[in-house]
Amino acid sequence: MIATGQTLKSSEEIKGRSLWVDARRRLFHNRAALASMIILGLIAALAVLAPLLSPFAYDEVNYDLIACAPGWWPVEAACRAPGHLFGTDAVGRDLFVRVLFGARVSLAVGLVATFVSLVIGVLYGAVAGYLGGRIDGLMMRIVDVLYSLPFIFFVIILMVMFDRNFILLFVAIGAVEWLTMARIVRGQTLSIKQKEFIEAARAAGVGPLGIITRHVIPNVVGPVMVYVTLTVPGVILMESFLSFLGLGIQEPLTSWGVLISDGADQMETAPWMLLFPALFMAVTLFCFNFIGDGMRDALDPKDR
Amino acid sequence: MMTVLLEIRNLDVRFDTPDGEIHAVKNASLIIQEGECLGVVGESGSGKSQLFLAAFGLLAGNGRATGQVLYRGEDILGASQTRLNTLRGSAVTMIFQDPLTSLTPHMRVGEQIIETLMLHRKMPRAQARERAKEMLDYVRIPESARRLKQYPHELSGGMRQRVMIAMATITGPDLIIADEPTTALDVTVQAQILEILRALKTDKKTAIALVSHDMGVIAGLADRVQVMRAGEIVESGTADEIFYAPRNDYTRMLLSAIPKADDTPPPASKVGPPLLEVEDLKVSFPVSRGLFQKPLTLRAVDGVSFTLHQGETLGVVGESGCGKSTLARAVLQLLPKTGGKVVWLGQDLDAAARTDIRALREDLQIVFQDPLASLDPRMPIGVSIAEPLRALEPQLSRAALKEKVRAMMARVGLDPAWINRYPHELSGGQNQRVGLARAMIVGPRLLVCDEAVSALDVSIQAQIVALIGALQAETGLSLIFISHDLSVVRRLSHRVMVLYLGRVVELASSTELYAHPRHPYTRALLSAVLAPDPRAERAKKRVLLTGDLPSPLDPRAQLTFLKSRLDDPGYRPKLEQVAPGHFVAEHDEFLTPVRI
Repeated sequence: MIATGQTLKSSEEIKGRSLWVDARRRLFHNRAALASMIILGLIAALAVLAPLLSPFAYDEVNYDLIACAPGWWPVEAACRAPGHLFGTDAVGRDLFVRVLFGARVSLAVGLVATFVSLVIGVLYGAVAGYLGGRIDGLMMRIVDVLYSLPFIFFVIILMVMFDRNFILLFVAIGAVEWLTMARIVRGQTLSIKQKEFIEAARAAGVGPLGIITRHVIPNVVGPVMVYVTLTVPGVILMESFLSFLGLGIQEPLTSWGVLISDGADQMETAPWMLLFPALFMAVTLFCFNFIGDGMRDALDPKDR
Repeated sequence: MMTVLLEIRNLDVRFDTPDGEIHAVKNASLIIQEGECLGVVGESGSGKSQLFLAAFGLLAGNGRATGQVLYRGEDILGASQTRLNTLRGSAVTMIFQDPLTSLTPHMRVGEQIIETLMLHRKMPRAQARERAKEMLDYVRIPESARRLKQYPHELSGGMRQRVMIAMATITGPDLIIADEPTTALDVTVQAQILEILRALKTDKKTAIALVSHDMGVIAGLADRVQVMRAGEIVESGTADEIFYAPRNDYTRMLLSAIPKADDTPPPASKVGPPLLEVEDLKVSFPVSRGLFQKPLTLRAVDGVSFTLHQGETLGVVGESGCGKSTLARAVLQLLPKTGGKVVWLGQDLDAAARTDIRALREDLQIVFQDPLASLDPRMPIGVSIAEPLRALEPQLSRAALKEKVRAMMARVGLDPAWINRYPHELSGGQNQRVGLARAMIVGPRLLVCDEAVSALDVSIQAQIVALIGALQAETGLSLIFISHDLSVVRRLSHRVMVLYLGRVVELASSTELYAHPRHPYTRALLSAVLAPDPRAERAKKRVLLTGDLPSPLDPRAQLTFLKSRLDDPGYRPKLEQVAPGHFVAEHDEFLTPVRI
């Protein structure tokens, strides 16, 4: 046993510290996470500013420049489009502006759907796990029933009942993703519930809601963060799958998933059509992973 | 002149950690002769375990050891893994604190012992099995043939530790290293294990290196003693020298911090009107036996009654599973009770509404056993301390809250500047002060200390006990002080209640109980208390209970001390008043207390 406790000097900062303040400080000290946040920020800014940055509109078709390589493309190409930074696609639209428009959709779906699933899943799971007994049984059976609904079927019904709608995409994906989150949080809550500090809080007179928000949720944050970082890429991929089936984003709007699947068809003749959207997506997913990792570390006060 | 078995010369152990290098053992030298017992004593973090782990090449990956370790003249520090493996399995064996983690969970006990024999003694299987059975008999495991076929989790803690001793002894080693072998065990079981170790030393002439934080354990067994502090050996000598004429200040401090069984009980303070009355309290849990069988009922607390007065301390003593913690939680309304009454200031708590119970928390507080586990690892300690106030007096402003927390921290001996520290940044004793501050901040009238000092080093234990005593004297609060350790309880308690399997076996004033224990179980508990006094320990005749605590699920277990009534298994021994204020459960006189 090595006592590390006494190694701190009593002169150490006595400013107000809280879990979240400390976590932010530690997160900003994590270089990989900080770099990832900057890169993600840049991508997001590009996506927002896309129309200002490019002289072309995302749906502007040019039949003279079908599947042309960018002017700087180092390999021999059948045709070149010097004004287009990333080249053009199969109907002669500017790929650069399309990748950035795709970023809008993909990031929005990824973040919003994940956020929705995070909020519902964490609250639902923590309540079920903490209350336990019959309530837990009932709440988790509801989750089981929802799990057993075929996802695609569910989306098709939604699309038929309401019109094809951008918002519905969020709803559909979020409605599926929160189930797993709820299960993870419930499992964690069950083990945290056994800890002595929960009993101590009860003895201190803290009510169930206070215990869930002040003790349970901050302590499940580690595994939840890891899961969130896996969810964002999952959701982005799911959106592309739905779009591929014609249930998601409709032309001329686009997303990274759509661009990648289009690009994959032309991989041999026009590799840039696959390369650029794939590159953006890969970088984004990497960034999410690093940020998630950094958040997990930052939220653990034992970590330095 | 006896031959030297093991000599350690100038051993240094260092660990590389992210916080820098830790020098765990500094220039330690010691000698163990054939057939003697060397006690190594020190508080947690003193490097006493690392010393022996390093000597036999068992350091963690980030540790380095330098110096010399001579086993019968051969330097084994840095010897090859093969050589060390042969040595460790047969000539030098080890017993660790936690027998459950030291046994492979998926292998039957017998297989594990037989494997050792076949590996190190090249014995044929049938012969090994025979030998294993003999060995289990030797360590006094009842029904040894059946035990060989059981898995480790089917055995109790004491039984597992006996299996470990059997495994450690079976190859006939010269030296057994016992690292806190009894720390995780109940006192009566501890006494049995120490008896076995003593027998090993006398019958088999095995040398024992006994590593412990407990001066009492060392006193009973060791011939010579080394005292370690912060990696250094600060004093060494024969047991008599160390215990009766300590030269080093630290040794003296350790000895004086030990609660002695004859500590003077606190002066009986002004005892006020009854605060808490508990009548025939019962708490039971269903124990599931699989899908299709009816669950059994575990009666954790089975009809306990007592009264607690203002300013009084009631000590509650018993071994693990006796229901002492369950009792405390039921009194505090943290667990639902199955029967009986809890009356607080004349008000039956059953009748009280939920909101009243919340308000009641201002009066009833608890301090838990494990100081680290009872604090939220993600909350700075100031927030933890403030928690009861925030919950019970939400009208307080932030500034007032902070002011109160600072004042309370200063009161329990914590630097108020540490208000934003996290629990893992503090030591065990400091964290327990945080726990105490959290309980005291709402100004309770009853404080339950559930094994509140059991996890602490003796010197810290003494400080915390003194602090609790001072807080009581200052505020006139009542205490329920729960512990498995009779000598700790004695320091604070005016009255002591002994629990056995959820029932009171004896309840008396502290002076009366320690001077004239009536019930055989109380006597066994008292005699199992180890005094830091080698001469007395050697001479002591013990009231040994054989075997382990019976299962609380067995209805006959209640009649362990009343065998004459065994024909009626539903019978419960009644409490009888034998002297004013001294209650004893019915029991058979002059019966050697043998457990079922």
